Formats: sequence, C-alpha cells, structure tokens
Amino acid sequence: MTTKMDIQTMIQTLQKFWGDKGCMLMQAYDVEKGAGTMSPYTFLRAIGPEPWNAAYVEPSRRPADGRYGENPNRLFQHHQFQVVMKPSPENIQDYYLDSLAALGIDPLEHDIRFVEDNWENPSMGCAGVGWEVWLDGMEVSQFTYFQVVGGLEVSPVTSEITYGVERLASYIQDVNSVFDLEWGDGVLYGDIFKEPEYEHSKYAFEVSDQEMLLKFFDAYEKEAWRLMDLGLVHPAYDYILKCSHTFNLLDARGAVSVTERAGYMSRIRKMAHKVARAFVAERKKLGFPLLQRKTEVQ
Amino acid sequence: MTHDYLIEIGLEDMPAHVVTPSLNQFHDKTVAFLKANHLEHGTIDCYATPRRLALLVHDLAAKQADIEEDVKGPAKKIAQDADGNWTKAAIGFSRGQGMTPDDIVFKTVKGVDYVYLHKAIKGKSAAEILPGMLAVIKSLTFPTRMKWGAYDFEYIRPIHWLVSLLDDQVVPMKLLDVEAGRVTQGHRFLGKPVSLANPDDYVSALKDQFVIVEPATRKQLIRDQIKQIATDHQWQIDLDSDLLEEVNNLVEWPTAFAGTFDKKYLAIPEAVLITSMKDNQRYFYARDTTGKMVNAFIGVRNGNRDHLANVIAGNEKVLAARLEDAAFFYAEDQKRSIAEDVERLKAVSFHDKISSMYDKMGRTKVIADILADKFGLSTADKADLDRATSIYKFDLVTSMVGEFPELQGIMGEHYARLAGEKPAVAQAIAEHYEPIAADGALPQSLVGTVLAIADKLDSLMSFFAVDLIPSGSNDPYALRRQAYGIVRMIAAHDWPFALAKLQPAIAQALAAAGKTNGLDFAAHQEELNAFVIDRAKQLLQGEKIRHDIVDAVTVRSDADIAGILDAAKVLTAHAADDDFKAVMEALGRVLRITGNKATDTQVDPDKFKNNTEGQLHQAVTTTAQTFDAEPTEADYQALKALVDPINAYFDATMVMADDAAVRANRLATLQQLARLIRQFGDVSQVIVK
Repeated sequence: MTTKMDIQTMIQTLQKFWGDKGCMLMQAYDVEKGAGTMSPYTFLRAIGPEPWNAAYVEPSRRPADGRYGENPNRLFQHHQFQVVMKPSPENIQDYYLDSLAALGIDPLEHDIRFVEDNWENPSMGCAGVGWEVWLDGMEVSQFTYFQVVGGLEVSPVTSEITYGVERLASYIQDVNSVFDLEWGDGVLYGDIFKEPEYEHSKYAFEVSDQEMLLKFFDAYEKEAWRLMDLGLVHPAYDYILKCSHTFNLLDARGAVSVTERAGYMSRIRKMAHKVARAFVAERKKLGFPLLQRKTEVQ
Repeated sequence: MTHDYLIEIGLEDMPAHVVTPSLNQFHDKTVAFLKANHLEHGTIDCYATPRRLALLVHDLAAKQADIEEDVKGPAKKIAQDADGNWTKAAIGFSRGQGMTPDDIVFKTVKGVDYVYLHKAIKGKSAAEILPGMLAVIKSLTFPTRMKWGAYDFEYIRPIHWLVSLLDDQVVPMKLLDVEAGRVTQGHRFLGKPVSLANPDDYVSALKDQFVIVEPATRKQLIRDQIKQIATDHQWQIDLDSDLLEEVNNLVEWPTAFAGTFDKKYLAIPEAVLITSMKDNQRYFYARDTTGKMVNAFIGVRNGNRDHLANVIAGNEKVLAARLEDAAFFYAEDQKRSIAEDVERLKAVSFHDKISSMYDKMGRTKVIADILADKFGLSTADKADLDRATSIYKFDLVTSMVGEFPELQGIMGEHYARLAGEKPAVAQAIAEHYEPIAADGALPQSLVGTVLAIADKLDSLMSFFAVDLIPSGSNDPYALRRQAYGIVRMIAAHDWPFALAKLQPAIAQALAAAGKTNGLDFAAHQEELNAFVIDRAKQLLQGEKIRHDIVDAVTVRSDADIAGILDAAKVLTAHAADDDFKAVMEALGRVLRITGNKATDTQVDPDKFKNNTEGQLHQAVTTTAQTFDAEPTEADYQALKALVDPINAYFDATMVMADDAAVRANRLATLQQLARLIRQFGDVSQVIVK
C-alpha cells in the first residue's frame, strides 16, 4: 500500500505551495555545493536592496558526511528544498506551517516547535538568526533570518527555509532508512543513490588525488580573483563554489590539518566578501532592476 | 480610584534561555518608568511564554500627584531696574517657568529679597503617561538581536502584536506597523485570537485558548505530570532544574509523555545516553528504584493529549536514530588502540600559533614531572601520572567526542578503563579538565590534580608565549578561569607553587627536552606571575579576607601561592587580637626602614653600640633557625615575641647613624629580620587603628 506521499510528490507539493506564495521556481544550480544557501539564487540574491522570492531543490554535497551508503541517515549528498523570500514576509512562520499541512502534516496531530538555532557559515561570511524546526522531536527544517551575507549586513532581511527532503520524507513515509524511501513511481531512493553514495564515499575518503585537488584549489582561487578583477561576478562566484567544494573534498580526505583548515576557510571567506561587494556594485550599476519592477507593479 | 494596566509583547518564538531574563528586565524597567513618572502602583504580575512577555500592573494611580512648588528666581535687585521695571532676567525666568512677570512675588531669604513663582503643576493622567511604555519595550536588551523584513529595528525576534489595556481602554502605541490593541493570540495550533475586555481577563482568557501564561504555574504543571508518569512506572526522575526551566520556556500548553527505546542501547555509556536525551532532545531520563537507568524517557509536548501516540512514536524514532549513531561510534572507537589515537593527536591543533595536541601533551608531561617532585608525590603516583600524561588527550579523536564534544574527558576515562588502563590513570584523564567552572568541583585524586594543574599551566605558558594574553574582558581561551583553577587546587593541597621560580625551571626543562616548538616559554614572566597572583587575590577576596591583608600578603617576595594563602589565613586569624596593632606596627616599622633594598653586609656584633642591638640580633638569629619555609602560626608567634626587642631597639638606636659603617651594620641587622617578616608579605600595608 503506497498511500504515503513519495519524494517527487513532496517536491511538487512544495513547489506548488511556494509558487502560489509568489516564489519563482528555480532549478538546482549546476556547480557542486554543500548547501542550498550557496546557490547564487540565495547567497548573491540575499545581498542588496532588491526583492527576491525563490524556491528550488538543491542537491547538497558534503563529502565528509558520506558513509558508503551504509548509515541509514547520513549521506554524502542529500537534497534541500530551499525557500528564500526578501524582504521576509510578516507571516512567514504561518506560511511554513501551512506548507507542512500541504504535505499532510496536521499540526494538531504532532508536536511542532521552533527551537533556537542561530546559523553561521564562517567560510562564506554568513550569519543569521532563527530556529531548527522540530517535528515530534526531529529536526526537519532550518529557518533563518539572514543578518550578514558575504560579510555585508543585509537590508532588507531575507528569510530562508531549508527543508531536509530526506528527513521529512523519512517521517512522512515512516521508514527507518533513507534508502527505503520511495522517490516516485515505485522506485526507491536506494535504487538511485545507494551505489553513488558508496562510490563517492570511496572516492572522497580513499581515492581522491590530493595533489591534484590542492592544485585545483589554488587554480580555482586564482581564477576567481582574476575574474573579480575583470568585474565578471557570476563566473567568479562559480569558481569560489569550486574552491569550497574542493576544500570539502580535501577535508574529507584528511588532507587538511586543523591549522591549515583555518587558512583555507579564510581564503574562501576573503573571496566571498569580495564577490558580495562586487555583486551589489554590479546591480547598482544596472539600477537595481528588480527594485524598479516592484515600484512599477505597485 | 485606581486602575489595572496590561502590556503584552507578542513575538515569534524566543530562545528558551532568553524568556525569563527578558521578563525580569521588562518588569524592572517598567517599575523604573512608573517611578520616574510619579505614577503610584501596586503589585505587578509577570507573565511569559516563548511567544509573549506580559506585565499586569495592579492598582495603578489614575494620575500623577499634583505638584505645588515655589520656584526661586534671581534677586529682586537683578529682577527690577531702578525704576521698578522688570529686567530681561525676570522676564526670561518667568517665561522659562511657563508664566509671566505678573505672577512674581518676593520673598526674603537671609535678608535678601528674591523673585519667586508659585507653580501648581497638574499631574498627568495615567492614560497620558502610559504611551511612554513604548520606549520601555524598545529599551529591552537581548543577548542576540535580529532585523526582519525591511525594517532597521532590532529585537530578539519579530514582534507580531501588542496589547496595551488600561482597564477597558486601549492605550494606543505603535511599533513598526504593529498597533497596540486588546487582541492577544492563543496557542499557535490549539487556540484562537481573543479580545480582552479587561486586563483581569488575561490569565483566564488565554487559558481558554490553551496558553498558561504564568511561568510558575506552567512549571508546576510539568513537574506534576512528570511525577505522575514516574509514579505510574515506578521510575526515579532527576528533575534537572535547568532542563525544566528550558522545557518550560519551549511550551505554552505542556503535556508530558513517556517514550521508550530498545534495551540494547543501555550498553552505551550512561553519559552518552544522558547527553542524547537531555542535551540533544530535551528529555528527562529515568532510573528504576535501584538507580539503574531504564530504557525510557519523558518528553514534554507543546500541546494537549490528542494524537499523543503519534508524538511519542516520532520522538522514539528520533532518539533511536541518535542512539544507533552513538552505538556505531562506540563500537568504532573501540576498534582503535589508545596508541593509535595518541598518534592521531599529531594532526589535531591545540592552537594554530602554538602546537598540536600531541605536542601539548609532551609539554604537560615535562611540567607534571617537575610538579610531582615539588609536591612530593609517591613513586606509585608518579608512575600513574607518567602514564596519564602520555595519553590524556586521546579521546579528542574518538568519534564519540567528535559527536558529543561535551563528553571530552568522560569518554577518555571510559575508553581507558575498557582498554585496561589503571583506574587511577583513567580517573585522572576525566579529572584533568576540572574545575570546569570557576567554582566547579576539583579533581578528587592526587594524580588527577597534578595533571589538571600541569595541563592548565602549559596552556597559560603557551598562550603567554605567543602573546595571546587576556586583556579586559577579552579572554577567549578562558585563561583566567584556568589560572583560578590552579590556585584553587594549590590551596586545597597546600602545595608550594612559586611561579617566578617554576617558570624558568619549566622553560629550561622544555628546552632540554626539545619540546618548545620554537616558542619562548620563559617569556612574559612578570606578567604571568602577576596574572596568577591576581587569581589568588580573587580567591582571598571571595573568602572575604580584608583588602589590606590581601594587598599585604600578595607582595610576598617569592610570590608562592600557597604561602600567600597561608599568610592571609594567619594574619586574618589574629586581626582581632588586642595586640595585633602593636605587632603590625613594630614589624611594619622594620620593613619601612629597610625598604626593598637588599644588602650584602654581614652583621658584625663588634659594631653594636648599645645593648638592644645585640639583644635583637640574638633574638632574630634564634628565631630564624626555627622559621618555616611557609608562613605558619608558629612563625607569627615567633615574630610576635620579637615585638619587645624591636621596640627596645628603636627606642635606644638611631638606625640612620652618621657613621656609614655603623649605619650599614644596623640596616643589615634589620634586613635579617625583614626577610623573616616578608614571609607574611608587606605587613606595613596592614591597616591598624
């Protein structure tokens, strides 16, 4: 009996819900990253005065979290359903709860809590205030009001909601292992991702070429700075993302000592700060088009 | 007639730990506001949940008292010119008081006529004053603040509603685009918005909407529910007050429930089970009547009993996933030997600028060796200490400590026992972090204490060596707390600890062992010594030792910590003696005349010119033979016995004699005595009346 919502229906439901709330339904951004926050649709768009409402699924790679497909809850790559709205709507908490209801989670049948969890991503110079949302004791979403992005204090404030797709699906489908989740049409999560999980874990922990990755990092970094100097903000940002992912691979391999770690993080942070400023400058030069569009609509 | 006033701030969910302090702050600032505005009031009831802070002011005066007063102005001769016309001074004064010169009267003060105005200020009504509460709301401070939407305003969380009700009337105010009114919000899921007719309705109206606004009532309800569950199952529950306070501020309508987990997880160390339940999930854990942990927990839902089975099942599943992880880590960690973990410490940084954890252990070992000799540890204890210093940080690379950092040391002890280490070694590993808080428990074992001191001393010397010296409130590595811990441990064992001598010895030993990582561990000696002595001062002040005695003993010449503490103890014990004044004055006089100048001159009895010189010299020499290395009661008594010879000496002897040889000889005699006195510090600083 499969009356329980499969993952693709969940995603469709969330897309419909947030689309109706005025979010643009974007697609996953095609550079590797550790979290949906790092998509330019969040990181860059959270900066500056222009309004921005978007929702998208982001496959998020965290090499160090890989478990060869053996752990029922830990994954090299998981999926985040990301919703960003700027300025944060007054009733964003209610929207979120309504979205859970759309997924069939009736708050009266559960215990839903907003537990303080202030979010920080030091390597990207980001900080926010908010909660982790507990559903019967399980963290199913991260809810953040961005305060600083790329080292810049933001105004207006972006609200970010990140649903852990696998977590939430495990709850909805009542399975103990993510690999038993139904993605769609009777196909299981494990059928799609178990082998890649194993291979990526094997690669990240045992096989990756450290020398090559170290060279990549340096080369990506150099290219990012070169492109920023040329005012090519978006290509530069792609290379910053590549630096970040390469660092994560090196870290998983144990190739970065604790001392060096801080050094790499600071190199990425410097680029993130720079690109954030460059992005605002670029939008300003364009006259903040989305701001004007808003005025026209009003 | 008096009034009731209700003010409620409605917010998105505040952090639990912020709720109570914010409510107290709201109360105190409101009291100050009412006082500053001369509005009398009765009791103030305080209410709070995660989503609201509210105050109900009872018996609020209808208005400020009318004030009648005579305001004194300039002298008459300044206020009027020769023709009796009002001067600019008089006109300005009247205008300043909101009146005209026609209102002026004259009064004579000490024979001079002055201008006066009689003012009658009508008190403002409460309704006129209370909109000022908006400023009180804005003035609340929080540990973290946030902006939201397009506003520049910062607060703990976004504000959604305000209730401001004076009896049945709304006192208007507006914050951002929130207008104060009479409508409050019920429980987020179970309740509805409710319009309040009067402030007095607040508690009952919200109770109807599934919100218990009185924190104490809510907490008692949780306590009772948990006790009921415990009774039903014959469990013992540790009602941890911090957890209870946190849970209380996570719910508006609490319902406690019991859940269980698979018995197999009871094989995981208890500390891990407790951390998973209490810290991660905010559950209370349970023991049976014999004190054994049971495979169950108690959680508290923010809601009623409907569909409680769902909630329990969900919570059980989450906990099971956590414990499954913990069980996995526990098994994985045991696959590696302690030696392998120790090896991996080479890749773990203690601090970027200092060294790896592995190297830190190496330094601690050198320091512990030196301390063990100084403290007189037995050969057996030294052997245990040696083993402990070789491994004591190994648990930092275990998966369990990676997952639960707060279990560092505790897991180390556990794994060490499993690996067959001696109990004393395992215990020392857990104890070396102690005292964890300023007033936290001290290590129980000797080996643990020495390891704890050595580890902390290494941290102090290392951070000072790379110029990371605490200043002002900036002490990111908690070096003050660590130094204070050292002082407390030294005090508890009365061990010698003179950093001025110890630090060079350690620096030398580290250099000899090739363990300096290129750093200068002899650096900043005076600063580090003063830093530690300041902590001894802190300890003495905490024991309510007189400030002048603290000042006196902390300038002891060798700055031995145990000596400082002993000296303070002895002097304090005699501070109320009838002869304390005489003793301090006599000894203080010796210190003052000799100053801090050392002398190499040997005392030559042939140069004595009167009997008292020989008598004092004889007495001092005898006393010196029995004097202890540390200040003791006997030493004090011995110095006291010298008071008469000292006074006789000063009566008969002019120390600063014209003859240089005689003068030097006299100073040398007194220097010999001063060295003994200085065991108690600079007693000339002790204030005697």
